[in-house]
Amino acid sequence: MVEESGVASASASTIPPFSREQELTAFRDMLLIRRFEEKAGQLYGMGVIGGFCHLYIGQEAVVVGVKMAARDGDQFTTSYRDHGHMLASGMEPRRVMAELAGKRGGYSKGKGGSMHMFSREANFYGGHGIVGAPAPIGAGVAFANAYRGDGRVSLTFFGEGAANQGQVYEAFNMASLWKLPVVFIVENNRYAMGTEISRASAQIDLSKRGAAFGIPGKQIDGMDVRIVKATADEAIEWCRAGKGPYLIEAQTYRYRGHSMSDPAKYRSKEEVQKMREEHDPIEQVRARLIADGMSEDELKKIDANARKIVAEAADFATADKEPDPSELWTDVLA
Amino acid sequence: MTVNVLMPALSPTMEQGKLAKWLKNEGDAVKAGDVIAEIETDKATMEVEAVDEGVLARILVPGGTENVAVNTPIAVIAEEGEEVADTADHAPVDRVGEEDKAQKQAEAAPPVPGQTAPQDEPGEANKAATKAAVEAATPAPKATSVAKEPSATVAPEVPEGTTMVSMTMREALRDAMAEEMRRDPNVFVMGEEVAEYQGAYKITQGLLQEFGARRVVDTPITEYGFAGVAVGAAFAGLRPILEFMTFNFSMQAIDHIVNSAAKTRYMSGGQINCPIVFRGPNGAAARVAAQHSQDYSAWYSQVPGLIVISPSNASDAKGLLKAAIRNDNPVVFLENEILYGKTSEVPALEDFVLPIGKARIARPGKDVTLVSFSIGMTYALQAAEQLAKEGIDAEVIDLRTLRPMDTATIIESVKKTGRCVAIEEGWPQCGISAEIAMRVQQEAFDYLDAPVLRVTGKDTPMPYAANLEKLALPSVADVITAAKAVLYRS
Ligand SMILES: Cc1ncc(C[n+]2csc(CCOP(=O)(O)OP(=O)(O)O)c2C)c(N)n1
Ligand SMILES: [Mg+2]
Repeated sequence: MVEESGVASASASTIPPFSREQELTAFRDMLLIRRFEEKAGQLYGMGVIGGFCHLYIGQEAVVVGVKMAARDGDQFTTSYRDHGHMLASGMEPRRVMAELAGKRGGYSKGKGGSMHMFSREANFYGGHGIVGAPAPIGAGVAFANAYRGDGRVSLTFFGEGAANQGQVYEAFNMASLWKLPVVFIVENNRYAMGTEISRASAQIDLSKRGAAFGIPGKQIDGMDVRIVKATADEAIEWCRAGKGPYLIEAQTYRYRGHSMSDPAKYRSKEEVQKMREEHDPIEQVRARLIADGMSEDELKKIDANARKIVAEAADFATADKEPDPSELWTDVLA
Repeated sequence: MTVNVLMPALSPTMEQGKLAKWLKNEGDAVKAGDVIAEIETDKATMEVEAVDEGVLARILVPGGTENVAVNTPIAVIAEEGEEVADTADHAPVDRVGEEDKAQKQAEAAPPVPGQTAPQDEPGEANKAATKAAVEAATPAPKATSVAKEPSATVAPEVPEGTTMVSMTMREALRDAMAEEMRRDPNVFVMGEEVAEYQGAYKITQGLLQEFGARRVVDTPITEYGFAGVAVGAAFAGLRPILEFMTFNFSMQAIDHIVNSAAKTRYMSGGQINCPIVFRGPNGAAARVAAQHSQDYSAWYSQVPGLIVISPSNASDAKGLLKAAIRNDNPVVFLENEILYGKTSEVPALEDFVLPIGKARIARPGKDVTLVSFSIGMTYALQAAEQLAKEGIDAEVIDLRTLRPMDTATIIESVKKTGRCVAIEEGWPQCGISAEIAMRVQQEAFDYLDAPVLRVTGKDTPMPYAANLEKLALPSVADVITAAKAVLYRS
């Protein structure tokens, strides 16, 4: 069901509850992403980060919920709004920040930047600057999983704007035809740059977009980390059981502009404010933890810790050296 | 602890902006995310958000100030109750990668005045001579204000005494489209964010307001699909201007550009034309890395059935875009993001159309020929100026059209100078400069006193790191070194 706000709703009784421990994990991981992104925005304004920088603020519940359902070894692939996915994959904040700053300690030695980052160790397959590219690439990672029969699931994220690219449907068809273990997660934050979804999509229930290929789909409130986790559990189980791909449309919202240079004139301040106040993924968890007897002080400590990690990452990124000039010529071919 | 709020950089190419107004006063409490000020760039109005909580202790740059450089401290935020000492350190922090931008800015100086080549028709361009070219030879003079000295960079394609107006390449491109849309109801614009958002780089600003949604069409992010749709519409007699947000994304659509647009006239035995313009920014911007920095000049120049244009200044951009829209062939029109904001003189003529396939001598000289196009011209012209100080008189040719290439103008120059350096930002293998070198050795071999040299982007994907990006791109110094090498000077 979709409310007027554009976020699918579920009645309280159908939402699978989190344990205290799960709430804390979700709170900690989402807050780390939020603080990291705030710092990245600040460093961009100072010129430490250049080029394009797309912040994930507002969407934290999507990747954190999926991560909580994933198993070690499952792979993540996404597009250029990717810092949250990297942190959720367990990549080190300081090395992600160093990459954003174009420094040698970054995951791509400073050569990829915000939009193009990878970590084989963390099973993070990018970081792609081309809209739509993650869908077939994620399906290809799943192809390798099926080929090896290793039981891994490929978790593939892209935006609702990207969902209009033709290659997404070529990937859906092959993934279903070959029963590939891939969960396609459409992060529907309602806008692709300045284009609101209904101005670009004939069918705005994106969970139906796999139906023609026999891919089951679910449209969910992606601002509620518990719902994301529960849906991802189902989807991942489906994939691991060899039943083929699964499609999740997570309805979410980005608070900031598309990138740093977006004046965001295509939506009202009230709309953004309403989302922040009524649907913020982190505030929802905070409220539940407080209601459950957790003290403000304890939550402040978690926040302070996140800020400390992020400040340390920023210091590292700022102090680190640029890549050696010889790096221009390395890594072109194997 | 006090925190300086710095004039933020809001886009990869922003260097300064106007601090339009403050939304908070000194003494106001702020929390992270609060909008505290509005700033304006040539592209947009933007909000400045507080990044920390505290009190807006001091406003250092008042509202309404123009040309505030990125990274200038504009305010001080203090913790609640904290005193802000007058001696608070408001020095700007060092900006990583700033040298890079400063260099680009320096190199993007306006072209050196000079005369253009005699107007004889080059051989190859002749073959593709179009109605537009013929029309362009006799533009109707119509000065709109007090006549000034005509800019030498565009003379004598412009009648003497024509009034010139200063405008950015961004405005020139927009005006060219608007004029052609007024002139021909079959012309329409299509692309991502071209209408309501006014263009990702604001090139289509105002077009939706003037021409409406029927003729200024926002598309989904489906390059392959909408390129095919536009080609089909062109087959059926419309004249689409298709904007790629950047040419990097034309790779999604390249099959329709090459297989459908370029080849159909030939495959249909001349029955079906494809009058379409594929346009957008091409090549490197600033720090946008490998997938967003590619130069497609050589790629599209290889294809028979396409015309490829890549202007370096506002005047050429306007005159050639108008010619491209009127041309009955598919035209790939390669712009450059860094040049969008650069201002130059454009003739104030009612209908200023330039000939396709005709190079321009941007600076006459006798010692060495420098050939380039688009942003490469900034390196070439800067180099020529510095070479002049050392007594070397370089002739600089701006190709403007890459296909058909105006070989005659290059050859004529090389016959005079005996030496040639070709400059481009693209990759070296099979590049535009490789093509120039080949034509020169074939048609002017006996006149050459040295091998043709070229200055190109390095043979690697574009790195993100500021220092590596600088190394990957050509530089003025590279051009000077090459020019001296062909002159056997050091
Ligand atoms: C093929 C391609 N076309 C266009 C772009 C430019 N572009 C970058 S992001 C974007 C909007 C994508 O929106 P969406 O998929 O909804 O993701 P979101 O930014 O909302 O996370 C566009 C058009 C691109 N990077 N790649
Ligand atoms: Mg979106």
